[in-house]
Amino acid sequence: MSAAIQAPAAMPERAETPTWQSLRRFSGDGFSVAAAIVVLIFVLLAVLAPWIAPHDPYETDLLRRLQPPAWMEGGEWSYILGCDALGRDILSRIIYGSQVSITIGLAVVLISTAIGTVLGLAAGYMRGWVDIAISRVVDILLGFPYLIFAIALMAMMGPGLQNIILALVYKEWVVPARVVRGEVLAAREMEYVEAARAIGAPRLHIMFREILPNILSPVIVVSTIRMAHVIILEASLSFLGIGVQPPTASWGSMVADGRSFVLDAWWVSTFPGIAILVLVLSINVASQGLRDAFDPKFSD
Amino acid sequence: MSDMQHRPLLEVRDLEKVYHLNSGLLQRIARQPALNLRAVNKVSFSIQPGETLGLIGESGCGKSTLARTVLRLHEPTSGSITFEGSDITKLPHREMTALRRSMQIIFQDPYASLNPRKSVEEIVGLPLSLHGIAKRGEIRDRVVAMLESVGLKSAHMGRFPHQFSGGQRQRIGIARALILNPSFVVCDEPVSALDVSIQAQIITLLESLKRELGLTYLFISHDIGVIGHVSDRIAVMYLGDIVEMGPSREVLKAPKHPYTKALLSAVPQIDAGARRERVKLTGDLPSPIAPPPGCKFHTRCPFAIERCRHEVPALRDLGGDMKAACHLVSAS
Amino acid sequence: MHSTRSSVTEMTAPLLSIRNLKTCFPTRAGLVTAVDGVDLDLYPGECLGIVGESGSGKSVTFASVIGLVRSPGYVAEGTIRFDGTDLRNLEAEQWRQLRGRDIAMTMQDALTALNPALTVAEQIEEVLLAHATDLPRKGRWEAARARAVEMLRLVGIPAPDKRIDDYPHQFSGGMRQRIMIAIALSCRPKLLIADEPTTALDVTIQAQVLDLIGDLRRELGMSVVLITHDLGVVAEHTDRVAVMYAGQVVEIGPTQELISQPKHPYTRGLIGLIPRLSDLDAPIKPIEGQVPELIGLGGICRFHDRCDYRLPQCRSDIPMVAVGPGRQARCIRAKENLS
Repeated sequence: MSAAIQAPAAMPERAETPTWQSLRRFSGDGFSVAAAIVVLIFVLLAVLAPWIAPHDPYETDLLRRLQPPAWMEGGEWSYILGCDALGRDILSRIIYGSQVSITIGLAVVLISTAIGTVLGLAAGYMRGWVDIAISRVVDILLGFPYLIFAIALMAMMGPGLQNIILALVYKEWVVPARVVRGEVLAAREMEYVEAARAIGAPRLHIMFREILPNILSPVIVVSTIRMAHVIILEASLSFLGIGVQPPTASWGSMVADGRSFVLDAWWVSTFPGIAILVLVLSINVASQGLRDAFDPKFSD
Repeated sequence: MSDMQHRPLLEVRDLEKVYHLNSGLLQRIARQPALNLRAVNKVSFSIQPGETLGLIGESGCGKSTLARTVLRLHEPTSGSITFEGSDITKLPHREMTALRRSMQIIFQDPYASLNPRKSVEEIVGLPLSLHGIAKRGEIRDRVVAMLESVGLKSAHMGRFPHQFSGGQRQRIGIARALILNPSFVVCDEPVSALDVSIQAQIITLLESLKRELGLTYLFISHDIGVIGHVSDRIAVMYLGDIVEMGPSREVLKAPKHPYTKALLSAVPQIDAGARRERVKLTGDLPSPIAPPPGCKFHTRCPFAIERCRHEVPALRDLGGDMKAACHLVSAS
Repeated sequence: MHSTRSSVTEMTAPLLSIRNLKTCFPTRAGLVTAVDGVDLDLYPGECLGIVGESGSGKSVTFASVIGLVRSPGYVAEGTIRFDGTDLRNLEAEQWRQLRGRDIAMTMQDALTALNPALTVAEQIEEVLLAHATDLPRKGRWEAARARAVEMLRLVGIPAPDKRIDDYPHQFSGGMRQRIMIAIALSCRPKLLIADEPTTALDVTIQAQVLDLIGDLRRELGMSVVLITHDLGVVAEHTDRVAVMYAGQVVEIGPTQELISQPKHPYTRGLIGLIPRLSDLDAPIKPIEGQVPELIGLGGICRFHDRCDYRLPQCRSDIPMVAVGPGRQARCIRAKENLS
């Protein structure tokens, strides 16, 4: 038993949307902001790759084969992180590799969130057969192990950037669909939804204009967390050689390239591995921060 | 009002609303018996134009479901609803939408009934744009006028619901309901979430709006004092049935049904002189899924006789516009 | 129920004595003083009503008494003495000893205040095993269970020996409130603080629960603080009443006198806005305006902007003034015959 005594809410004069409040809360969380900045740096690397990469990521130079990082014996400062088995600059390849990770991560998450949101809204608001059909498909897809499902699809469709996105979207939409459906089930019982029906609002208006804005925060939070997951999946597919095809630089395939001489030339696998780790970790930390910022609903 | 007696604004006949619980796919496969929750049980009443019918009862008695079914926010299971002389029970969706301009509802919870992501202008202006009543430029003016008539300022238009107190939010909800110029408004516990001093403000606001705009109210509350104050007639509900109905004065001064008596005697009174001898009820409200046979009230009724256990009492005319559903009450 | 308390109050020492209590909550908009200089005395065996609207500080006052002010709120000033103990300087261990045994509190919302994962038996026994000193060494558990069943019977739960092993969600709202009262009373506290015990309940159940608290008070000889927003409840169930407004007590006195002859304009207003069943035509008179923000309010009567009787002098700190035997009001016109 604890007393539920709270301070009376003070009323701010300025009009401030709930979303704005959440963002303000987020900006006060230093750790999460730092993580978000790291994510932003990776995005910038991807966009600005042609201008900031020190070397051409595809230019092979057999003289520099497995050249160690600059601070080790035999390294040189213009190739800071060393070179791979074909003598390509690892730093440049990591910078270009971020294009793949971020493109795929963003594309998969955006497409599947869009699909999942629409289907989840339909299932949660319309109920009945629509709900049963969508929910069963969701249940079935959840029954497959993600990676194996994606491998099978890639094997059928063949490699390539577009196909990776497709293969991941096939299952990824399930996650936002489930989240949205659950949120809609709760939101449709709210009186403001009934109020909209009482003034004669059509179904689509209620779904997209009344309910959707109120359930967007958990969807955004889940999508950010899922982006980290998708990036790992892409890296896994590329590691297995069925993802992005060489010579395109992808962190997953870079890790795979170095695995046969990881004892002699550890840097070939390690640096792209660290890149994956840092990006995924930063996304996760930032999304935790987002969740905390959005969670205490409008109570400030 | 007697010349209007022939044509009530709203007439409800044998209205029934049954919820089928346990009707999921798995339960059907497992052949589990369907559970029926009879939230509204063959209820009949009518409301004259300009009248306020108070609907009173404890939580779970079906009063909110009744109101929502009358507005067809929930579809009735059987029975008929006649509004302004035409049967709307089976009205197609499109025509029902058009009719919503005339039938509105004010909700109980001023926190849940306003979309937290919309500004006051959007909330109050939405009915106008949905029904294509006003042009974009006019909407703003009409919203301002409406806000002022419920006691809010035009400066409040750009604000969001969380920036208002409970009483102010309820005013926003009233503005949204009244901006379409309805003739009939359901007030579903409009003050029970508010502080007493704010309750009185909202009640007086609703009463003056009723006079100015010629509204007809179906006013739902569990607070007998509030109902007694606003209503011309009162209907008392218990487990889905109307057990007593009549002019406010009669129902409150000389209640006929033992449940109404118990309800009235339980209301704490501030004047020692106004206190009645308590009609004590035993036990709790029975489950509406499996209501007791015979008179549903017999399990708690201090006057129950053998007949009450078997025979369902009908809502009988007692003369003087009074009706009660009790075997022990005879016409005067 | 309506004993002549005033004669008793002059002779006995108070069980609970609050002096100049101040409880604050830091917020973004500033420091909210939710309770601002409250003085209250509660005498053994009496039932004191605390009436006020939300934001009046009635719940925070007693959360302060029992040491359960929600962080970041804190008690800033004042003394709270209970049965000779200074409650403001207690260690956590001493609090644990006191709460549940000598002071018990029931919450408005019984469903969230009861632990949904434990049976009713476990929740009552837990309190008994922690506090009851008179349980026998041998067979403590059996004795605790027997006592728990007895408590449930006392609060009117039918078939208590069977239902005691049910979980809270298996009971109705009224029954849950009774269970919470049973838990609160299981160690026979000297003081029961009942915070809106019936707000969530229907009137017929409310009457049952309030009668029950009254019966138990007489049977166990404890003191009760009944916190409510409902003047009707106060009128029927308390000996004395304190009216709170914006963090202060604005009027206090024997219930019947205070209601029949209110001295503070706010009390008058509260009484005037209750719809009366005895007189359906009597208009209800709303108090216009709103409770002020509790930030930086000083040197002014907090009710003055809503008050029909205000004078220029109201813009100053208004002290409580005696307006009769056992009666005080915080109004400079309290002694006038206002109409």
